[in-house]
Amino acid sequence: MSQTDDRFYGLLVEFDDAHTLVDACAEVRDAGFKKWDAHTPFPIHGMDAAMGIRGTKLPFIVLAGGLTGLSLALLMIWWMNAVDYPYIISGKPLFGWPAAAPVAFELTVLFSAFASFFGMWGLNGMPRLHHPLFSSERFARATADRFFIVIEKADPSFDRDQTREFLTTLGGTAVEEIHDKAED
Amino acid sequence: MNHHHDAPKLSDTLTEMGSLAPRVMRPALVVGVLALAGAIFLGMREGDHWRHFSFSWLVSFAYFLSISLGALIFLPIQYITRASWSVVVRRLAENMAMALPFMIVLILPILLNLEHVYEWAGEHRHHLTDELAAHKAPFLNSTFFLVRWVVYFAIWTFMAVFFWRNSRRQDHDKDTAITLRMENFSGPAIILFALTCSGAGMDLLMTLDPAWFSTMFGVYFFAGGFVTFHAVMTISTMGLQRSGRLEKIVSMEHFHDYGKLMFAFTFFWAYIAFSQYMLYWYANIPEETVWFLTRQSGSWGGLALVLAIGAFLLPFAGLISRFAKRNRGLMFFWAVWICIMQWFNIYWVAMPVFSPEHVSLSLLDGLCFLAVGGIWLALVVRIAASGNLVPVGDPRLEESLAFENA
Repeated sequence: MSQTDDRFYGLLVEFDDAHTLVDACAEVRDAGFKKWDAHTPFPIHGMDAAMGIRGTKLPFIVLAGGLTGLSLALLMIWWMNAVDYPYIISGKPLFGWPAAAPVAFELTVLFSAFASFFGMWGLNGMPRLHHPLFSSERFARATADRFFIVIEKADPSFDRDQTREFLTTLGGTAVEEIHDKAED
Repeated sequence: MNHHHDAPKLSDTLTEMGSLAPRVMRPALVVGVLALAGAIFLGMREGDHWRHFSFSWLVSFAYFLSISLGALIFLPIQYITRASWSVVVRRLAENMAMALPFMIVLILPILLNLEHVYEWAGEHRHHLTDELAAHKAPFLNSTFFLVRWVVYFAIWTFMAVFFWRNSRRQDHDKDTAITLRMENFSGPAIILFALTCSGAGMDLLMTLDPAWFSTMFGVYFFAGGFVTFHAVMTISTMGLQRSGRLEKIVSMEHFHDYGKLMFAFTFFWAYIAFSQYMLYWYANIPEETVWFLTRQSGSWGGLALVLAIGAFLLPFAGLISRFAKRNRGLMFFWAVWICIMQWFNIYWVAMPVFSPEHVSLSLLDGLCFLAVGGIWLALVVRIAASGNLVPVGDPRLEESLAFENA
């Protein structure tokens, strides 16, 4: 290992089946780690509970987005049709809510979709072009047929030797130190 | 699938109606028959050729018909999508759909009194001044109307019996080929359902106003029935669990899905209702807007507003969050609420033909609701009591028991 310690990112442990991984996640959770994650090729039911992940606040961001879209749409239609360019078309009121409803509906959906898409990016710290985990060749199989847990050294309970010791007890097939190989 | 928590087993709970059947069936039948007697008495006293009685009956018949039709379409949707979540509760829908063949008896009061309910069948039918209505005579006449209803009931009976009997047969032989056969029939079944359900909704309710027409009406009728069906599923599952049946095996995960479907079809119903309204509002053609004019004037307009808020906005807001869908109390409240609102929806569609000036809720409406509802409930319970409450032979049952929302 020629890398200096500030390039040290954390410890990776590899599993070859989902079952062991979920059990291991519950143990990592119970050991009190905070800055850690699991990587799997496909979604696994019961994972959120095993990792102790609490509910996301994304729905509230989406709700705020939707309400913004709804209000903006009504304001826009009202201002354009009843204020800026009042024009009577086949005897309809200048601002008729039935005519405004489709636009209000569409903008509500549009803003909700934006809020959920970009809100998800924001909550996940995206966009992000590089991650220290990409330095591990072993990790490439996270999208194919292997399962991983990573504990970051930034975790308050992280201790290079003790944590390594702990990880070897989880039933994984390999434990690896991750060193960020990215050029500065 | 979750390998961690052990999935509940069928042996954890009761899966047969057993002693509950007579305890529900008898009171339902007694209430139904007493209400029927009361409704007949009140209807006769009106001296209007049973017109008031027929309209009140029509509202509640259309309501319970739409619930059974919702159950009928639920089945092929589950098979064609190879859904596993719903297997544990699918038998409840099979039983509700199986009430359809017997409901032909419940439509008789209307079929026997066509000329006093439908203007196109009445004595003034040859004097319909309205061009539109006159042109519809080849379609809107008593003979063809009866023929159509025989066809509707024949198709529904075939579908209901097919899904019900095959599923029950599987209880004994656990033959997976039966599931494949039902999956294969589900495509054609959905098409048959779309045609007959739309036709029935239009025939029963839209033609009350012979001149009026809406190509969306069939979907409107279906949407209301389908959301009510999911509400009824929620209520009946909770009722069965209170009596110690289906406990544990139907979990919060299944209620969560009921909630999603109630939420989705609450919105779908409103979307269809509004789309129908907006197109007519925009085009502003008198023969089209007249239907809405009656229904948004005076107290009918008040009821329209109650529906917009009560059948759409409130349950939409109330069921939007995951929390609400996973809360038994809230789910029960909204299920009952939706059932009430959708009855008023059909009331708002049909009754203005009888009483165009104002909403005239009467004892007769209530008695007809109890009569049709009591008989319908007794029927469904009787059917449910003759077998398992869970399709124990379904190959996807285990997946359904272990089901979790991601």
